[in-house]
Parts: sequence; structure tokens; C-alpha cells
Amino acid sequence: MGDFSQAFQIAFNLLWSMDVELYSIVYLSLKVSISAVLISCALGFLIGAALTVFRFPGRRVLLILFNALMGLPPVVVGLMVYMVLSRSGPLGVLGLLYTPTAMIIAQTVLITPLVAALSAQVLQELHHEYDEFFRSLQLSGREKLMTLLWEGRFGLVTVGLAGFGRAISEVGAVMIVGGNINHVTRIMTTAIALETSKGTLSLALALGIILIAISLLVNTSVALVRSKAKEAIYA
Amino acid sequence: MNMRILGFASIIVWACLALMPVAYAGAQKSIIVQSTTSTQNSGLFDFILPLFKKQTGITVNVVAVGTGQALKNGRNGDGDVLLVHAKSAEEKFVADGYGVKRFDVMYNDFVIVGPREDPAKLAGERDIIAALGKIASAKTAFASRGDDSGTNKKERELWKMAGIDVAKSSGRWYRETGSGMGATLNLASGMNAYTLTDRATWIAFQNKGKLKILSEGDKRLFNQYGVMLINPQRHKHVKSLLGQDFIGWLTGAKGQAAIASYKLKGKQLFFPNAQKMTH
Repeated sequence: MGDFSQAFQIAFNLLWSMDVELYSIVYLSLKVSISAVLISCALGFLIGAALTVFRFPGRRVLLILFNALMGLPPVVVGLMVYMVLSRSGPLGVLGLLYTPTAMIIAQTVLITPLVAALSAQVLQELHHEYDEFFRSLQLSGREKLMTLLWEGRFGLVTVGLAGFGRAISEVGAVMIVGGNINHVTRIMTTAIALETSKGTLSLALALGIILIAISLLVNTSVALVRSKAKEAIYA
Repeated sequence: MNMRILGFASIIVWACLALMPVAYAGAQKSIIVQSTTSTQNSGLFDFILPLFKKQTGITVNVVAVGTGQALKNGRNGDGDVLLVHAKSAEEKFVADGYGVKRFDVMYNDFVIVGPREDPAKLAGERDIIAALGKIASAKTAFASRGDDSGTNKKERELWKMAGIDVAKSSGRWYRETGSGMGATLNLASGMNAYTLTDRATWIAFQNKGKLKILSEGDKRLFNQYGVMLINPQRHKHVKSLLGQDFIGWLTGAKGQAAIASYKLKGKQLFFPNAQKMTH
């Protein structure tokens, strides 16, 4: 099975030769997943913080629900988003199916519960620490929420990265709502699925290696920024 | 505070970037074609669509799924043109008012591939019904698409002709993969199973392993592809003019010649057989 060494060689050649097709696929992958992560963070952090600060009936149920939805199967999300965006669906008039926007929507639906649940966990621990401080200052709910989000920012970045990891690696949802259209909605994971089905396993694996490398790069750069920021504060 | 402003700004920038290609795609002439995995995996589209674009300026965006799913998506209006291979299902699609008119485009054939050792002794058996009978009585592994695709419809039809109820053996020697042709070939290659595949996907497939063609040539293995416009009276957004352009090209002299000239490993994969268009 010379496939492995061959795959590394192909991956290297693709990167080295600045293959235009490859770079546009990588670009679209990043654009879709980063967009989805940013939207999910905007929503998920607020949900997580609200669940931490406010006490209301059904709060526990919501927490359990978001925790359970962390394991949402991508295909199911894809199918639901397809049914909503299909021309015969409720939002069909928008004509969003088979566009990158549809893929962003699907990934956002997929990872928002994850971001909400994990950020609730991060913020609850923080809230515990800050409880007396909040009491002494008699902060309003909104002020508490903002303080928690700000003080928990380093933990929340990790939560965002977890969301990014889930988004960039999923294939089931984007395949259905994007349609894997060449030059329009083809991203790394759907390209890998396509190459596998053609039986060109070395190329598929090469793309996989590149995907892992990108993921590594994103995580490393975020980690670097975070440690610099921490240094700036605590130094 | 700065961080928050920065955060919002970056979200807005990303949102703009995300929406950009949509606006761009709207500005140029393009249609969506719901089609099958065999036409994509064999490289046919990569060969003929650039020619079509060059001659007409129309971009064709292909969504390649099984014929069953393509028909379902077409029924929902998610596309402009359908190019699939299950004639009776296509005729029903048109008769039910979901498509306008169906045209023959091209054909090739199906073949039975299986392990080189050939435990069911299929080699040289031209009669497809006899070949399937041998597989069933030897109870050797057979990989079925099991996804209601054109190939799967054909395969079920053949089992029926052979008088074999495969549903009873599902999970034993009869294994339904529920996935595309390529994925099913990967599986057959992995577990040395027999399977029915269209010849184009087979020739283009690169992970053949120990598989080879064992039965071919029966008339009943004929594989006809048809094209039709999704009914614009049912779905207002269907780009009927651009769609008709594509159908006219595909069934006309230029498209037919393009199909005939596509070769892989020296072999012609699809044979044009459109009737003269009557407008």
C-alpha cells in the first residue's frame, strides 16, 4: 500500500505548484466555516451568558437541550436546511440553495448549540468566582453578562475553535445544501468525498492532509494571538 | 470595548464576503443541472461543459446525486434541467407535470464486475439473468447501490426478471450500500463482491483492486440517458430559455459530437443517440 507516501507527495506537489483549483477550494472552505463560526459565536456566546446570568423557568431544560444538540448529526442538519431552502420549502423564494450562503447557514445551525453549551460551561465557572464581586457592586443582569463575556474571552476563544473544528471537518450538511458544485460550492471535505468515490484515493488523502494542515495553522495562529494578548495583560 | 467593535466589524466583513459570490453568480448566465454520479465521476461533464460555455457563455452548475434523488430535487424545483438515466421514472416525471419533455441524449451499458477468482463462475456468461442466478445460488457477496439510483432501479428490475427475491438475502450475501457508484465499487473492491456498474464509471474508477468485468453484452444491460427541462409552469424561477439552450445543444449536432469525442484510456464512454429535435 504505497498510497500513504504517494498521498504526502501529491499533497506537497499541489501546495508547491500553487494549484489554482486547490487554493480556491481552500479559500471557500475557510470562508464558509469562519463565517459560520463568527455568526455562531455572536449567537452562542450571548445564549451561553444569558443562561449563566439569568434565572428563569425552563433554564435547566434549555441547558440540557443545548448540551444534547452538541451531537447534532450533520446530515440531519443538512436535510432540515435543504427542506427549508428548497424551492418548495418556506424560504425557497430566496433562491439560496446550492450557494455558499446555504452552507454557512447549515454550519451555523450545526455549531451554534455547541458554542452555546460550551460557553455556558466556561461562563458558569467564572460566574461562580465572580459571584461575591457582582453582589458587592450590585450590577444589573446586563452588566454582569457583559463583564462575564469580557473576563471569559480567553476561554471563549477555545470554544470558538471547537466550533471551527466541527465546521471545517463536516461533510454531510454542506454536501446536501451546497451540492458540491465545481467552482461554486465545492469545499475541502466534499472534494475529498468526490475523489474517494472516483477511487482516486491518494488524491483524496492528499486533500485530507492539506485540510489537517490548515486546521493546525488556524489553531496555532489563534493560540499565538491569545498568548500574546494574555502576556500583555498579566505581564 | 475595542475588541467588541473589532468583533462586529469582522463579522460584517465576513458577511459581505459570504454574500459576494451569490451576487456574482446572479450576474452571469448560469443554470443548475441535477444529474447522476456516473456522468460526473466519469469526467464527461468536465469535458463537455467548458465547450458549451465557450459556445454559449452559459455556465452549467452540476449537482451530481443518484437518479432517485435528482428526480426528487427536480420535483421540488431545485434546478433547471435534469439529466438522468431511468427512462420509465423520467417518463413518469414528465407525465406528472414536473418536467416539460424528455429527450434521449446518449447511452452506454451496464456490466457485472466481480473478483478475479470468480467464485460464482460468471466469466463469459453473456446472459445477465443466468449470471445473476449463478451469484444467487453461489450466495457470493453482491454489492447493491440500494439508493434508488438509475443503476439501482435497473439492478432491481433484473433481479425481478430472474425471479430472485433479493430482499430476503439483504444483510447476508446481498449487501445494500446506500451510496453512490464509486463508493459501492470501493466497497466491492474491499470485500471482493460482485456488483452492477455502468461502464463509464467503471472505466474511470481508479481503485479496481482485484475486480474485473465478468459479464457484459446482454441487450438488457442497455443504459439510456435522458434530458428534460423542469416545468417552469410549476416552478416560476426555472430558467427555461437557458435550460432549453442547454438541452438543444446537448441533443444537437455540436453536443452530440462533443459526447462522442470524450474518451478515457482510449475508450469512448458515452454514445450519442438523440433524435433530431422537433421544435
